[in-house]
Amino acid sequence: MKLDPAIREQVLGTVPSLRAFAISLCGNIDRADDLVQETLLRALSHIDSFEPGTNMPAWLFTILRNLFRSEYRKRRREVEDADGRYAETLKSHPEQTGRVEFEEFRTALAKLPQDQREALILVGASGFSYEDAASICGCAVGTIKSRVNRARTRLADLLAIDSVDDFGPDRATRAVLAGGGRN
Amino acid sequence: MGERDKADDMKNRRTNLEALPPEPDKPESERLDAENGNATGRQPSPHKPDVRLGREVQARIGQQLRALYDDVVNQGVPQHINDLIRKLSEQD
Repeated sequence: MKLDPAIREQVLGTVPSLRAFAISLCGNIDRADDLVQETLLRALSHIDSFEPGTNMPAWLFTILRNLFRSEYRKRRREVEDADGRYAETLKSHPEQTGRVEFEEFRTALAKLPQDQREALILVGASGFSYEDAASICGCAVGTIKSRVNRARTRLADLLAIDSVDDFGPDRATRAVLAGGGRN
Repeated sequence: MGERDKADDMKNRRTNLEALPPEPDKPESERLDAENGNATGRQPSPHKPDVRLGREVQARIGQQLRALYDDVVNQGVPQHINDLIRKLSEQD
């Protein structure tokens, strides 16, 4: 297919982010790398359908997401990953956050519904615009905004933080409040 | 290096999360809050469901999310994928 070197560099430049997205979808680094490889094979064999000058990352992310979705439907039970093998896929934890805090965050993220997690990651970590994220997910911009909002609210809830009392009532206190407690 | 430039490019665009206006569509968010609560067997959130996330909380979520993601991004392009792309791009 004799790829234009500029296009090839765009593809290569997208791979690190594409992998990060794939891992967040699969929760497993080996499957994520298979998915990335499959995406690249698919993309390069259909490179004629990519319009030069348009958004290469968005194009590749769309292909990867579609491949994942079609596979996911077949392998749903295997993919469910409540225990978060996501953690095992990461070689190290980020230096700037404490180990415990990091683990809590990762676990909370894994509990989000798929649609919400993917929207949050595309917008909040991959750096896509809401429009691009909507195009990648094949939904309306408003839907993406709504999913991102719900994801953030749910994360804040799972991490027991909110704007009123950032480090405020701990979970035990909250449970008592929620249950009505003893008056 | 072209790869590095592209990666930096993506990093520099990561301002979207913080720019999000809080809770644009309360009714749907409340409805789904309830669904999620039921799905996990939890009681509805003890605090008001429409409580707005403070900037500090948003910033922390955004920062941790990017830290997790960048951990993978910083691993760069695995050798086998690099080889694959170069091989495919030379084929006719």
